[in-house]
Amino acid sequence: MAGLGSPVRTLRSLVRELRYVSAQAGRPYRDTAAYRYLREAFRAHRVTSEKLCRAQHELHFQAATYLCLLRSVRQHLALHQEYHAKGERSTEEAAGLVGLKLPQQPGGKGWDS
Amino acid sequence: MWRSCQRLFCARSPQAPRLCPAPPVGGPSLSLPGTARTYTPPTERKRFYQNVSISQGEGGFEINLDHRKLKTPQAKLFTVPSEALAIAVATEWDSQQDTIKSYTMHLTTLCNTALDNPSQRNKDQIIRAAVKFLETDTVCYRVEEPAGLVELQKNEWDPMIEWAEKRYNVEIGSSTSIMGPNIPARTKDTFTSHLASYNMWALQGIEYVITQLKSLILSMGLIDRHIPVEKAVLLSRLEEEFQIQHWGNVEWAHDYDLYELRARTAAGTLFAHLCSESSTVKHKLLQD
Repeated sequence: MAGLGSPVRTLRSLVRELRYVSAQAGRPYRDTAAYRYLREAFRAHRVTSEKLCRAQHELHFQAATYLCLLRSVRQHLALHQEYHAKGERSTEEAAGLVGLKLPQQPGGKGWDS
Repeated sequence: MWRSCQRLFCARSPQAPRLCPAPPVGGPSLSLPGTARTYTPPTERKRFYQNVSISQGEGGFEINLDHRKLKTPQAKLFTVPSEALAIAVATEWDSQQDTIKSYTMHLTTLCNTALDNPSQRNKDQIIRAAVKFLETDTVCYRVEEPAGLVELQKNEWDPMIEWAEKRYNVEIGSSTSIMGPNIPARTKDTFTSHLASYNMWALQGIEYVITQLKSLILSMGLIDRHIPVEKAVLLSRLEEEFQIQHWGNVEWAHDYDLYELRARTAAGTLFAHLCSESSTVKHKLLQD
């Protein structure tokens, strides 16, 4: 069985991701269908006397997978916009990316005047 | 070379600047030097809707963007079999800010693929393509050097192979040969008949995960809920992670790939689970 940690923690992280999502839409996350669905699903599976409840494990795995999806999409989009969404870089930017600077030429480079 | 020719040509005929040869159509879009940047990212469509909602139709759950119904690229009605999936798809559409970034909407993409089936394959063809990955499964290919990587592969991948052998009662094994391991025909038959028990939608998701991870064994570990997505992606990228430890991490290449692979793998896994869980729903109703 997969080590997923505690279900409460997964739910909390999921709510945080939903908050990021609905902050962009400009309305409270509690109004979203995703939040209502998750809350109901977690509530329905909260009480169990069995040591390892199969349905509960399935739900938790699904929630962890969804959390991974939301989080990875957010992180991927952030990197995409930082590095890949603005078209080709100028020579200065490309040099700066690897920690270099273009040389200074006080008299001009000879061909740009 | 091309650019400097262009510049010379323009410079010599100042009276007739329009005679400048136009950039070739269809090739890589070259722009005139000194004006726009050579590569510009493709433009994204504006977010043309305000509210996203779900409604239940005859074929399943549908997505409404304001008052319009969402359609697939082949103009079919977008309808999915599970409510949870519809909610997740609606959340994807609702999280688009200003422009629609289709590369962040993996679940929508998977639904479109399942609805339109652009590759026109039937169930048998998809299963055959999926099982073919077993012949070149990532976790079965081992290196002979460097020693650190050999040990890492043994420690991380062997338990996965053992799990799969036990779970499906088959022989898999591993190999250091370029030809890969010798997979017995019975093993392939077992996986073929196991995959045949999934419906078409779930299979599309499973095959998507397999092509992302390049491994049938890791994908079955995910589908059977044996390992979480993060672990499956780590195991799939084991050599890359080893090299990163040695040579350093480059954010815009390594992390970029990592997050994309995680997102795609998670989407495929969730999609497969949500599309094959009618028994779970019945179970929940019984509980109430």
